[in-house]
Amino acid sequence: MDLSSINPALLLASLLVAATPILLAAIGELVVERSGVLNLGVEGMMITGAICGFAVSVETGSPALGFLLAALGGAVLALLFALLTQFALANQVASGLALTLFGLGLSSLMGQGYVGIKPPPTPKLDIPVLSDLPFIGRVVFSHDLMVYFALALVAAVWATLKYTRVGLILRAVGENHDAAHALGYKVVRVRLMAILFGGACAGLGGAYISLVRVPQWTEGMTAGAGWIALALVVFASWKAGRVLLGAWLFGGVTVLQLNLQAAGVAIPVEYLSMSPYLITIVVLVIMSADKSRAPASLGRVFHASS
Amino acid sequence: MLKLEKRPQPSRLWTYLTPVVAVVITMIAGGALFALLGKNPVEAIGTIFWEPLFGEFAFYYRPQLLVKGAPLILIAIGLSLGFRAGIWNIGAEGQYIIGALTGAGVGLAFYPMEAWFIFPLMVIAGALGGWAWAMIPALLKVRFGTNEILVSLMLVYVAEQLLAKMSLGLLRNPEGHGFPGSRNLQQYESAHNAEVIAGTGMHWGVLAAFLAVILAYVLLNRHILGYHIRLTGEAPRAARFAGVNPARLILFCLGTAGALAGMAGMFEVSGPSGQVSIDFNVGYGFTAIIVAFLGRLHPIGILFAGLLMALTYIGGEIAQSNLGLPAAAIQMFQGMLLFFLLAVDLLTNFRIRIKTAEAA
Repeated sequence: MDLSSINPALLLASLLVAATPILLAAIGELVVERSGVLNLGVEGMMITGAICGFAVSVETGSPALGFLLAALGGAVLALLFALLTQFALANQVASGLALTLFGLGLSSLMGQGYVGIKPPPTPKLDIPVLSDLPFIGRVVFSHDLMVYFALALVAAVWATLKYTRVGLILRAVGENHDAAHALGYKVVRVRLMAILFGGACAGLGGAYISLVRVPQWTEGMTAGAGWIALALVVFASWKAGRVLLGAWLFGGVTVLQLNLQAAGVAIPVEYLSMSPYLITIVVLVIMSADKSRAPASLGRVFHASS
Repeated sequence: MLKLEKRPQPSRLWTYLTPVVAVVITMIAGGALFALLGKNPVEAIGTIFWEPLFGEFAFYYRPQLLVKGAPLILIAIGLSLGFRAGIWNIGAEGQYIIGALTGAGVGLAFYPMEAWFIFPLMVIAGALGGWAWAMIPALLKVRFGTNEILVSLMLVYVAEQLLAKMSLGLLRNPEGHGFPGSRNLQQYESAHNAEVIAGTGMHWGVLAAFLAVILAYVLLNRHILGYHIRLTGEAPRAARFAGVNPARLILFCLGTAGALAGMAGMFEVSGPSGQVSIDFNVGYGFTAIIVAFLGRLHPIGILFAGLLMALTYIGGEIAQSNLGLPAAAIQMFQGMLLFFLLAVDLLTNFRIRIKTAEAA
């Protein structure tokens, strides 16, 4: 065992990278849930985004285009969910599960020709002075753009929910859809937008895994990241700022256990690989004591009777 | 303009009709998908749904129907109890793995002794293993109000890692020249889940599945506990006023689902699969969710849905080898089925009215 081989700067830097996919997916799901919809299909949308982004980047050689199409792919899948739950008034839990099962099948079908290929590298930020700073430069200023985009997105969602009219309407719809409807807000339209946004975010998160984090394509490569993102929203008590905290925590655990595996700690690899999932459960247990924060209309079907 | 009008009561006719309609739409959409992949859609659909039953090699495939259907039915019956009461156990895959591990573990512990009681003990151990694994989300839900969906799902990934560890470590065949995987239980007579009637595919797990269907039917229709389950699902507030204990219901539903999934895993590892190996689980726990919904959460419905889903597995394999249809296409086909089912289900609870712009 050689713990000294773990470089703290590198550890923190890879923490930010490991946290990005779940951060993207979780912030999207947070918006969806604040609008009163529970979409359990995050895993399916992420993996679809992962293969869409991967395939497009490989074909065009442009990671940016890949990310764009990944967001679109995730949103298209989310649209299916929206059609089911908002227009066919289907059960949201069942529809979300269907989305995940469907997405896993779809992605492995689409990904058949892409196993074992390397995607084009995503360019990293390189600011002359800042990126060369001894510790800070490595940790904070030398990532690809998506890392910063994810952080900016969290800030934007936080500000939108808290300070803007759009955020207020979204929250009203999520807290009490009958009242919002009576006030003349288009409940279904608001939720549709939120669901599409959530799908696009999940797609981006998935593409980040296949294009930057791993980077290659394997079937089922998201390995529960979508579910961890769902847990993250509960962990964050539906608050944008806390999603960031949670994502870093999970990113940290993931990176640390990978580093411990590499350092050859006496704990078997399998037990270390379990740890992110186990810690998710522990955190869920701790956080679930406080139930008051969940949007009041979460998971309820809305049907305006004439 | 189309307008939805809520029915005072769910339509009986559509309750029975929706699964059939969903299957037909899935066949059409699936055919279109296969056509996109460059296969003849009629031939592909025919291969999946006709070949295993009435084709040239049907004598070989028909028993497979029971072999593949049994675990699906067994798991789906357990899940349906919870789903009816609004308790969402989606970690059956994990409970299935743990049941296989504990069941096989007990069997291997007795190796090479031959005795009649070993197999029954393995069944009990498998059921207990699955039960215990399901008790984790159940107890956390009862005690702390933790979301059972997320916990049971997280435990699937934990169980998969445990499976890998066990097939490389504790349960590895000592005479296996270092290859991962346990001893083959098919070659250990006392632990082998053999066919009850040779050549029919009818192993003990199939009998257990049929038994589960009957017991679930009796429970739901003739027992107060089944009534409580249905009441909680359809009118949670009324159930609370009627004195239904939600905690007990959660423990019962999750526990039963876990025990049945664990038994399914145990029957699989000691029979068709034969050994504990890293890639032992093939997603029955997730497909069973589709089976439960397709069967309308009704025991008899689940029986048919399980057999139908087994058919897509077997037909899918044939289409894979004969037509070169990718395995993922079948997985997607199964996912589509659930989609269409949920969409068509609208007709059960709502009436579609065509309304002119100015209603008189």
